[in-house]
Amino acid sequence: MDEICVKLEGICKSFGSVVANNNINFDVRSGEIHALLGENGSGKSTLMNILSGIYNPDAGHIELFSKRVSFASPKDSIKAGIGMVHQHFKLVDVLTAKENIIANGCDRLTDGFFTSGKAMTARINEIEQKYGLVLDPDKKIYNMSVSEKQTCEILKVLCRGAKILILDEPTAVLTPQEIRVLFEILRNMKRQGCSIIIITHKLAEVLEISDRCTILRRGQSIKTLNTAETDARELTELMVGRPISLDIERVPIEREKLKPILNVKDLTVRGGEGLNALDRVSFDLSGGEILGVAGIAGSGQKELCEAIAGLERVAGGDIIFKGSSILRLTPRDIIRRGITMSFVPEDRLGMGLVASMSIIDNVLLKSYQNMPGIFMNRTEGRRIADDIIERFDISTPSPYHIVSKLSGGNIQKVLLGREINLNPDLLITAYPVRGLDIGASYNIYDMLNEQKRKGVAILFIGEDLDVLLGLCDRIMVLHAGKVMGIVDADKATKEELGLMMLGHAENGRLKG
Amino acid sequence: MLKIQKKQGLTHKQEVILRISTIMIALIAAGLIMAVLGYNPFTMYSKLIKGALGSKYNFTSTITKCIPLLILSLGVSIAFKMKFWNIGAEGQFYMGAFGATWVWLALPDLPAIVMLPLMLLTALVFGGIWALIPALLKHKLGTSETLVTLMMNYIAIKWVTYLQYGPWKDPAEKNMPKIFKFTENSTLPKLFGVHIGWIIALVLVVLIYVMMKYTKFGFEISVLGENAQTARYAGMNVTRTLILAVLLSGGICGLAGVIQATGNEGRLAADISAGLGFTAIITAWLAKLSAPMILVTSFLFAVLLQGGAYLQVAMQIPASVSGVIQGIILFFVLASEFFTNYKIVVCKPEVND
Repeated sequence: MDEICVKLEGICKSFGSVVANNNINFDVRSGEIHALLGENGSGKSTLMNILSGIYNPDAGHIELFSKRVSFASPKDSIKAGIGMVHQHFKLVDVLTAKENIIANGCDRLTDGFFTSGKAMTARINEIEQKYGLVLDPDKKIYNMSVSEKQTCEILKVLCRGAKILILDEPTAVLTPQEIRVLFEILRNMKRQGCSIIIITHKLAEVLEISDRCTILRRGQSIKTLNTAETDARELTELMVGRPISLDIERVPIEREKLKPILNVKDLTVRGGEGLNALDRVSFDLSGGEILGVAGIAGSGQKELCEAIAGLERVAGGDIIFKGSSILRLTPRDIIRRGITMSFVPEDRLGMGLVASMSIIDNVLLKSYQNMPGIFMNRTEGRRIADDIIERFDISTPSPYHIVSKLSGGNIQKVLLGREINLNPDLLITAYPVRGLDIGASYNIYDMLNEQKRKGVAILFIGEDLDVLLGLCDRIMVLHAGKVMGIVDADKATKEELGLMMLGHAENGRLKG
Repeated sequence: MLKIQKKQGLTHKQEVILRISTIMIALIAAGLIMAVLGYNPFTMYSKLIKGALGSKYNFTSTITKCIPLLILSLGVSIAFKMKFWNIGAEGQFYMGAFGATWVWLALPDLPAIVMLPLMLLTALVFGGIWALIPALLKHKLGTSETLVTLMMNYIAIKWVTYLQYGPWKDPAEKNMPKIFKFTENSTLPKLFGVHIGWIIALVLVVLIYVMMKYTKFGFEISVLGENAQTARYAGMNVTRTLILAVLLSGGICGLAGVIQATGNEGRLAADISAGLGFTAIITAWLAKLSAPMILVTSFLFAVLLQGGAYLQVAMQIPASVSGVIQGIILFFVLASEFFTNYKIVVCKPEVND
């Protein structure tokens, strides 16, 4: 039990001038769950990529069961029994689970010229029983839910005989119920003698599942602790490097002062394959209020944002903004008419910003059309950019800096700053803290609360239920494009929301 | 053992060094090939430079070769900036020249001051429309613009060939299939020994540079090229920008056609582009789609073309040698793109015991 199976010593790795790992020491014992904790950019992924043979360390070495090894490629790492489950699944959609496992290659069953489907099924069943996994090997990936896909990824790794598993942010996409199932599987694997490294930044989960945890900060290993002997506050302090309050402030609202801004009635948007991406969604939103939207990824959040912003064709229903319908307006019309609606898209670099352009050009992206003449007014752009940089404390060498070279937190601030700078009445924001560290996230919450105080209506699409419960006034839960219910955030619980996200309507009945 | 690793982006200085060393290596490689073919590379290169820049006549010839290449490169660069892969510069070139010739044949007696602007304008419109067809097909039906623009080249070339052998054949040319020769009122005047196409080309360099860098329209083209979703989200009229930019791109290629036909060749023919519409893709790309840099790369390629032609006359070496050098340079430049994002490291396999 106490045998050390993985030992990383003095690992250093730089990319150009960026030092991602600086003399990191890290070890894992057989049959333990070891959490690797750290903010974004602290070097967790780099370290795990070194362990799985994707990168070569500049200095330092790896020991497996007291034997020094060196991986020239991921293949060597796999052979040594290390398996990594990536955050973004690497599965072929049109194939079944079994076919994906075979394609991945594992041993004599798949490495020959022919593959034996029957033998493979038997093997998968055996592994499923051993570790308590449940998955139909003949189900196609595109028919699977997110948690089933994850199970398939884990199966893939186990089928290759991995004894040491690395899970990168495994709970990010799961509901509380699904997380519980995953943790049960992990405990089973631990009992069978597997070692598990789990990368995460959610403290509650670290405390629940792990035996020990190692904290990384700015590329250095700060400390390794026995989980039983620590608490969330200490872990946060070690992660961030200073004491920080974990409470999200909720600005109280005065119901009688609210003025209605947005009224969505029976909004329906068609999705692929004859299904409705949004099915008769109705809600209203007032100025000075934050309405949270919860749901499993792909439940219609994107379509909802895009329909309101005029980017998505609406099949039915109506969207009333300050008393008049905005359904027939194009995004251009919406900007031109001075309707101040701000939309921070899900994938901030994919849609909200132009990665290869400067901060100035990105700041001008929405306002340039309202400026006179045929030329870009970059003097004005410079002024706005300087203003946003100062107001939101964006760290950048200059406003001419290319956006993609900023850190994630600063990119998010540029985007949100530009939107807020347009003085909106309605601010739609999807996953604004995705990929941000704790400090930067709290900055964003403060920015949103400040807007709320100013009387802006805020639609907040979130993924972390703790944040939704802490920040929002009301929470609307979407499941498969339908509204499962709208609850008051101060009365709701995580379990309640989780059930609704899985398709159980408020009060436990299934709606629709 | 060699391994490929990702690396951080290059600084501006590193990139310049990379580009220059790429071209040097390409020239060395081409020199090796020449040596294998039995020629002394040093003599070859010096003759090549001499043939392109060595005398006033040679220099004028180089400029004459540079003009159509420069204008074509500017044309495709606009579409490329929008990530609209216009491989149809050849076709737009011929359709522009065809339109202008048609105007001249229909109204042969206009004075030059009216005739020439009218011909240029017609070429702009004809080239633009030829590029617009694949753009509309892409927009409405989702066809690949790469394939459609490419195929439309052959339609345009064969159409001009048909005119050359059929309805527009000049009976005065006896058995030679040639189109009527432009008269004085439809020929571009000369300035400093070169037809005034060079002035038009330089004006275009400035205009396109200003347009792409400082105007709202240029900004829209860049955003659209980067990400159509973002363009829509920012409230841009994507269809309008697409159509205008493609019209402009094709139109400028058409302009190159009429300038080459009336300024240099004296008549329209089905071979006057000499494949420059394809070379323009290389020059535009090498210049990273920046108008001033296109001026540089087009000139350098014109030097290669003219120098190659000189080698043929002076040393009885096939002009295709310069084609080989061009090909090798392109090959190395494309390969060097890899090194802007990746590096190769040598890792010693450690002994496992």
